Amino acid sequence: MHISSHSDSRTNSDALVIGGVSLTSRLFTGTGKYASDAFIPRVLEASGSEVITVALRRVDLTTQTDTVTRHIPEHMRLLPNTSGARTAEEAVRIARLAKAMGCGNWVKIEVIADNTYLLPDGYETIKATEILAADGFVVLPYVNADLMIARSLVKAGAAAVMPLGAPIGSNRGLQTKEMIRILIEEIPLPIIVDAGIGKPSQACEAMEMGAAACLVNTAIATATDPVAMAHAFGEAVRAGRRAFLAGQAPVSAGRASASSPLTGFLFDS
Amino acid sequence: MGFADVLDRIERRNFSEKMENYTEDQVRRALGRERCDQEDFLALLSPAARPWLEEIAVRAQDISVRNFGRTMHLFTPMYLSNYCSNGCVYCGFACSNQIVRKQLSLEEVAQEAGCIAATGLRHILILTGEAPRMASLNYLESCCRILQQHFSSIAIEIYALDTPGYQRLVAAGVDGLTIYQETYNQDLYATLHPFGPKRDFHFRLDAPERGCRAGMRMVSLGALFGLDDWRWDSLCTGLHAAWLQEQYPEVEVSVALPRMRPHAGSYSPAWDVSDVDFVQILLALRLFLPRCGISISTRERAWFRDKLISLGVTRMSAGVSTAVGGHGDTDAGTGQFAISDERSVAEMAAAIMGQGYQPVYQDWRDIRP
Repeated sequence: MHISSHSDSRTNSDALVIGGVSLTSRLFTGTGKYASDAFIPRVLEASGSEVITVALRRVDLTTQTDTVTRHIPEHMRLLPNTSGARTAEEAVRIARLAKAMGCGNWVKIEVIADNTYLLPDGYETIKATEILAADGFVVLPYVNADLMIARSLVKAGAAAVMPLGAPIGSNRGLQTKEMIRILIEEIPLPIIVDAGIGKPSQACEAMEMGAAACLVNTAIATATDPVAMAHAFGEAVRAGRRAFLAGQAPVSAGRASASSPLTGFLFDS
Repeated sequence: MGFADVLDRIERRNFSEKMENYTEDQVRRALGRERCDQEDFLALLSPAARPWLEEIAVRAQDISVRNFGRTMHLFTPMYLSNYCSNGCVYCGFACSNQIVRKQLSLEEVAQEAGCIAATGLRHILILTGEAPRMASLNYLESCCRILQQHFSSIAIEIYALDTPGYQRLVAAGVDGLTIYQETYNQDLYATLHPFGPKRDFHFRLDAPERGCRAGMRMVSLGALFGLDDWRWDSLCTGLHAAWLQEQYPEVEVSVALPRMRPHAGSYSPAWDVSDVDFVQILLALRLFLPRCGISISTRERAWFRDKLISLGVTRMSAGVSTAVGGHGDTDAGTGQFAISDERSVAEMAAAIMGQGYQPVYQDWRDIRP
């Protein structure tokens, strides 16, 4: 079919480039919360995800017992995160430690000094981004969906901005939708929706809006069947991206009007 | 203002009777809430919640899985010293008890640490009695230097310190503080602690806050269930944790649920805490404090601990000995209390996986420069 192959080739050439790396999949995944890390390779295969975030706090390369990094296939792009950091300084130290341990130079900055809602500290995140970007890291900061923070991150040298849809682990969906829409319009960096996405339809919606990618962990890791759910998220993200590229048809205001009460007079004879 | 001011506003007198007045309607309302307040928490602890335990458990499991995933953090206690100048009537280490007293030499600390680390554990909880001239801050700092070579996180469960004392240990690499109030009933506390520095109720009550101020990353508190009406001590534990979370949002606050076990000495608990009571406490705390860590010790029996895994517990000890030197080959002293779950770390990990959960050996690492 001519039309579908046309749209397929268009999707395939639609790579997401971050830090000079070209990614086909726009679904980023996580490693926390699985009943067993043995799910991870199957989740990655089912979803097609190419980027996986891992909390450095949990990485133990010396242990005889099982550890998460042993379950991540070689071809994956590792995105170490600074979970547990409460200040910019701690985030910087964790990022440097990750690099020294051989986890690469990508880092997802998480600076959280609120253990009740796990909301990120924008100010400290900007500071950490500035230091690490100058240090040669590819920095993906996790922040509130806030235009001023995002603009500061652009100046600080971030490679993307990761606004939250809702608090981590809440599965509440795109509660910050209007703010994310503004970031997509205004910020010249990839906007990757991170945290809060509970269902594939919500990931699809973020992609339809023009988000560059979605990061999903809790909704996959704690599903009854994580592998099947990973597959569903992979498809939802692809569908949403295709819809965005296809250009959405105009939405009706919901009411058809036969006459034009405001401008009809112009055409009255 | 400290937690003492919060405690002053709730009344122990007639508390047990007042709990009878909660209704099932109030329990249902608590179940429907996005976030439970103090009244909801009380309803969930009340006798009226008994017919609703299954519904509360479903909610507790859902909250726990969303916040913590299907994971269980493992740690083990390491007893450094059982010398003690306190007379706590419920404790095996009380100085009036004729037991074998022992304090590990630094060589023995290294040997014990090696044995524990070989099991894969990376989180260690060190314990002492209250004998500051024996288990001094200098001694504890020396122990930390050794333990850092084996563990990624060191927590203390020792006598209450002042803020500078906690600061010294934080500087030495300690990142977690565990300190139990034992009971929040001030009158009862006085009779249970007839002499010794621990007799000072308020110095102990404020210790978790001093730990937060000193820069501890994790602070764990709790009451020893069985000393007083468990509903009262559960309420106060929950309120204490909630207050600390509010005052120190950067600190990971958790609660432990120790229940009285047989020990050296003749004291027997005044209040019976049944398994049903215990589960009710656990579930009510989970709904009231959705993001709070909850720790269960080997005071509980193995089959019961297995059942608790999916109900909201986030941390468990494994491979436990409550005796000084109990992990290595040295002659161990008398244990603090009898444990009920003697499974090794490997056995515990297998049991956790059997429940569909992942054992987590390392959840923090020292990042100090």
